[in-house]
Amino acid sequence: MKDEKIKIYINDKPYIVKSGQTIMQAADSIGFHIPRLCYHPKLSVEGACRVCIVQVQGMNNYVASCAFPIQDGMKIYTNTPELRQARRDIVELLLDNHPEDCHTCERNSNCELQRLAMSMGIKKRHFVGEKKHYNRDLSSPSIVRDPDKCILCGRCVRICSEIQNVHTLTQAYRGFKTVVIPAFDEDLAESVCSTCGQCINVCPTAAFIEKSYTQELFEKLNDNSIVKVVQFAPSVRAAIGEAFGFEPGTQKENELVAALRKLGFDYVFDTQFGADLTIMEEASEFLERLQNKQKLPMITSCSSAWMKYLEQFHSDLIENISTCKSPMSMMGALIKTYFADKIKRDKKEILSVAVMCCTAKKYEAARPELMIDDVRGVDIVVTTREIAWMIKSAGIDFVNIKGKGFDNPLGLSSGGGAIFGVTGGVMEAAIRTAYELYTGETLIEIELEELRGFNNIREGKIMMEGKEIRVAVAHGLGNASKLLEIVRKEPDRYHFIEIMGCPGGCIGGGGQPYAGSSSIPLDENVLKKRAEALYGLDRNKTIRRCHENPNIQKLYKEFLGRPLSSLSHKLLHTHYSAKKPEGILPAEFKVR
Amino acid sequence: MNNKEFVIILCNGSSCLKNKSNDIKNELIKQLEKNNLLSKVEIHLSGCLGMCAKGPIMIINPGYVIYGNLKVENIETIVQRHLIKRELISEFIIKEDHLFNRFFRIFGDVNFFGRQMRITLRNCGIINPESIDDYLSVRGYEALAKVLNEMTPAQVIEEVKKSGLRGRGGGGFPTGKKWELTAKVEAKEKYVICNADEGDPGAFMDRSAIEGDPHTILEGMIIGGYAIGSQKGIIYIRAEYPLAIKRLEKAINDARAEGFLGNNILGSNFSFDIEIRLGAGAFVCGEETALIHSIEGYRGMPRPRPPYPAQSGLFEKPTLINNVETWANIPVIILEGADWFSSIGTEKSKGTKVFALAGNVVNTGLIEVPMGITLRQIIYEIGGGIPNNKKFKAVQTGGPSGGCLPEQYLDTPVDYESLIKAGSIMGSGGMIVMDENTCMVNIAKFFLEFTQNESCGKCTPCREGTKRMLEILERITEGKGEVGDIEKLERLGNMIKKASLCGLGQSAPNPVLSTIKNFREEYEEHIKDRKCRAGVCQRLLRYIITDKCIGCGLCKKVCPVKAITGEPKSIHKIDETKCIKCGLCYSKCKFSAIKKD
Amino acid sequence: MEKELDKREEELIKYMDEKKKLEYPESYLIAILHKAQELYGYLSKEIMLKIAYYMKIPTSHIWGVATFYHYFKLKPIGKYVISICLGTACYVKGAQLILDKLKEELKINIGETTEDMLFTLQEARCLGACGLAPVIMINEKIYGDLTPEKISEIIKEIRKKEKKLQSNVAKN
Repeated sequence: MKDEKIKIYINDKPYIVKSGQTIMQAADSIGFHIPRLCYHPKLSVEGACRVCIVQVQGMNNYVASCAFPIQDGMKIYTNTPELRQARRDIVELLLDNHPEDCHTCERNSNCELQRLAMSMGIKKRHFVGEKKHYNRDLSSPSIVRDPDKCILCGRCVRICSEIQNVHTLTQAYRGFKTVVIPAFDEDLAESVCSTCGQCINVCPTAAFIEKSYTQELFEKLNDNSIVKVVQFAPSVRAAIGEAFGFEPGTQKENELVAALRKLGFDYVFDTQFGADLTIMEEASEFLERLQNKQKLPMITSCSSAWMKYLEQFHSDLIENISTCKSPMSMMGALIKTYFADKIKRDKKEILSVAVMCCTAKKYEAARPELMIDDVRGVDIVVTTREIAWMIKSAGIDFVNIKGKGFDNPLGLSSGGGAIFGVTGGVMEAAIRTAYELYTGETLIEIELEELRGFNNIREGKIMMEGKEIRVAVAHGLGNASKLLEIVRKEPDRYHFIEIMGCPGGCIGGGGQPYAGSSSIPLDENVLKKRAEALYGLDRNKTIRRCHENPNIQKLYKEFLGRPLSSLSHKLLHTHYSAKKPEGILPAEFKVR
Repeated sequence: MNNKEFVIILCNGSSCLKNKSNDIKNELIKQLEKNNLLSKVEIHLSGCLGMCAKGPIMIINPGYVIYGNLKVENIETIVQRHLIKRELISEFIIKEDHLFNRFFRIFGDVNFFGRQMRITLRNCGIINPESIDDYLSVRGYEALAKVLNEMTPAQVIEEVKKSGLRGRGGGGFPTGKKWELTAKVEAKEKYVICNADEGDPGAFMDRSAIEGDPHTILEGMIIGGYAIGSQKGIIYIRAEYPLAIKRLEKAINDARAEGFLGNNILGSNFSFDIEIRLGAGAFVCGEETALIHSIEGYRGMPRPRPPYPAQSGLFEKPTLINNVETWANIPVIILEGADWFSSIGTEKSKGTKVFALAGNVVNTGLIEVPMGITLRQIIYEIGGGIPNNKKFKAVQTGGPSGGCLPEQYLDTPVDYESLIKAGSIMGSGGMIVMDENTCMVNIAKFFLEFTQNESCGKCTPCREGTKRMLEILERITEGKGEVGDIEKLERLGNMIKKASLCGLGQSAPNPVLSTIKNFREEYEEHIKDRKCRAGVCQRLLRYIITDKCIGCGLCKKVCPVKAITGEPKSIHKIDETKCIKCGLCYSKCKFSAIKKD
Repeated sequence: MEKELDKREEELIKYMDEKKKLEYPESYLIAILHKAQELYGYLSKEIMLKIAYYMKIPTSHIWGVATFYHYFKLKPIGKYVISICLGTACYVKGAQLILDKLKEELKINIGETTEDMLFTLQEARCLGACGLAPVIMINEKIYGDLTPEKISEIIKEIRKKEKKLQSNVAKN
């Protein structure tokens, strides 16, 4: 039925298309891009913005092409003068209730509303009137909510509920007074928000943006009394090029190192080193749990949005969580101790900055549980977007920059560390190491295809000395909840689980560059290309197993002793506890 | 009724006497004595009822049940079944006696009622709505029995289709077609919904129908459930109607107790039950997809169609939604037959329509009229015309979704197509009459204010567009209108009509567009001459002190902006540049010396 | 007082338990909110939280629903709830003047409650008493054929009654 071909007419020209599609899908398939706003292929169809309206012969009213199914012989008009004016007026109505501050807006030149206004040819405004006004919600360490800029497309509400299963946001009140807001009109900081930042990713305007720390960072970079150290996550290098016009999937590791030095950082380290270290600790912890018959399955803890979500929504499973800090926080701890000792500076004289693909890391860095004595391991977290802006703002020619290598001792990493950025990567890296730690033999087949890809939940098996180790991977908090439901029902089904809070893993993080004019937020093709960039980095490394990283070995020899040593525990491990407000996972839920 | 349970009227005209009505009387008394009922029944002998061909005739009250062609040996049956078991004996009932005529018999000599034709409201005011026995006494649930005993679901649908009944909620979609579509979808579970979320300002048709005759709605729904293969009915009703809710609850319980609801209704294989769900104050929930979302416990926001509720409605199951008035027609259609029903009304609009007649008309209230009656007949013959010798200006039908029709449309027949052709709609039944003192711009603003306030906020045209239209209207009524405003209203209005997601938005501009079409000069006056001819728009008024002024100084004292000057005992003056048109001077002047212009 | 609180909560929980047994329990959210408002007079955050956790419905969703429907009160209401009908018939017959007078007398806007918690002013769409237009409803009682002057009297009357009541309480 679905593969049946039917004939439709678009603007009087016949086309043969697959049946069972919406008008928009059919039009897309033959090269007509109908303008759209509230539609997102990963989310339920809302049909609310009415930007994608078309005329269908025989219908009195326009229909939303995102929702209306095609039929054989249907005559569709996408561009009549009357329709163009209606569409234009609809977009103008959105503009009329939107701040007039494009030139100072974070999304300037990268805003879907702006693009639409441009493509509609809105030169004059006819319907200017009262604008809504709300206070900006600056309470969250990660996310800023600015309802004045909201055009009520509902994508944030839908991704937060349908994909992430967090249900932080709702549309409250109604009509002209509708506003997207957490329960009881409370601030994000008081809500169940996981700080994952997916709302930012899908927001067409700047109604959701990250809490920016760029000004503070620019000031600190000019302070010569401190040592400025920066690390950046695997996924940052896989995506930052997009902010400078490079094709998705163009990795810019060395260029970013060079640009960060130019920005004024004294040392540029690699979070992938922290990833290698995480694997050492995590794999050891897993084996310890396995051998001592402690709580299993063990679940990874690198994703900070996932950790916050766990503490609020799944606190009954806290014992299953690995006590390992995230790679960023392990790095932060080492920068303030191991590295501080090396350069003989007090940890208070070191500014530790992390460039992350993630908004939740801003929250993580501020967690009191992660303090190193009385200082934070990571002082400032900026996102891929923020650092790209800073590079541009400082006048650094990123496009033509000559690449540079990382500083040592925290700059060398294995391929296992690189693939941390993509869903399934932590598990893959962990297996590479755990296998060898357990069996004493080197795992040869290290590319674990069954753990790769973007299927919601993926399972795998590996035999270690005749023992079957069953693992599972989930990405996105909604899938995480589904996987945990399985765990609750079948506690023995898995030994080891990787969970990443964002769809696609860190490469799809809430701090990554905005979709360009020719792609959509969280475009699976873009995610695939970013993932491929990281797999490519892995393949091109001679060292692909974390434990083979000589600097890691040196670190243990010189400083930590061995994995799970008491110093490791002090610096590299943490604890989790149930937090308020407790989240609610509904049995069945649709967003309406 | 003199403490008697029954009053029996026996025709004592010569024709009936000839047919042994005396014997019948004697037999009746004998039977009553035998059953110890004499004290409970009062017997009247009446003069000739005129229906001599059917004599002898007996009328039993309550219920105004008329039995005809009686024979002496029938009397025992009547006493046993009607008076003791309280059943109707349909074989004795005079068949030509249509259900609705009972109302007419009682109230027909009052002109207000006489011009009406009550089908859906046939029992309202006649029976005790809290008594299932009363309902049974007017052939209640007989249609259901007929359907279950004699008709297949397909036959029921065919009958409804043949009747030509169309949805009374406003859209006018053929009811039988809707039933057929829902019946055709194969599914284990299906729902039948009664939309009682009546929300038009000034409309209370559904409330009165439910409060007056709740069982009719239930009976209609049960028949609908049988026809489409559903076992579950839901009545979605406004929480603001506590009495209607109470009566429905009682009716449902009584119907359950009597076996009209529940498992194996009347011994058949058909099971059906009804549940009440309350709305919570959102006009948009009258829209069927919004209503479904509301029942599901969500914000009452519509979704794009298709899929239509017939395919995927409540809980994603096929769902049949009709409004109160539509359901109330069903038992009549079944009992009286589609042929009879379709003999009423016009070619495309069959049956009757209930209106809430309000505004500047002598008889405000609830009326039910045959389709095809003209607006003039409703307003002048039923409504009694315009009070206070004022001139008629416009009639608004369809509530906030409808339009305002001026004098030249008064002879428009009331049916779906004619009203649309005239520039309004049938709607759910609001009908507001306006006299010359009504400002059409202001009334358009009033309706738009309502829809704007009730917009769910989901789609852009309705959420943002109605707001902008309202702002323009506010500007015009405040004397700040600009040339070009009318065109902007038309441009926005037409776009909102065609681009909005649901019926609320698609019809919200109607009051504005129809008043622009029919009363454009009033808009122009407001904008160009800063004048409101009806004297309604406060800000456009000019207050002038006439020579009736005796110079008492009261107006000067009350004026909040000191716009009035004048020496005591001389004529005062209003400085128009200062005047804020609050009207305080006007209302305080004891000598009617201040004139509004 | 506390005892009464317990009783109300008990009743709410009993009500929710009944709904939980039915098909699609979460679809009864609006019914449950009705029940809670009936018991407590308005929907406080505490009550909504209780419902959320008991019914396993996200708080954001409850908030979205509670704010969507105008019937639900999110703040405590006054002893006398004055609903002014702004239906068409009343509007045509001067409801605006009545509303202006009410606002003036009570010094509150629609949707607000006087500081002494005596009056809450709200609008109604149509009270179905169009023959008596313009009308208001105070709690369950309808007042028709109103003029601004009559409004003053009605309010004065209630205030007088309440004052008397208060002084009686004080005396006792």
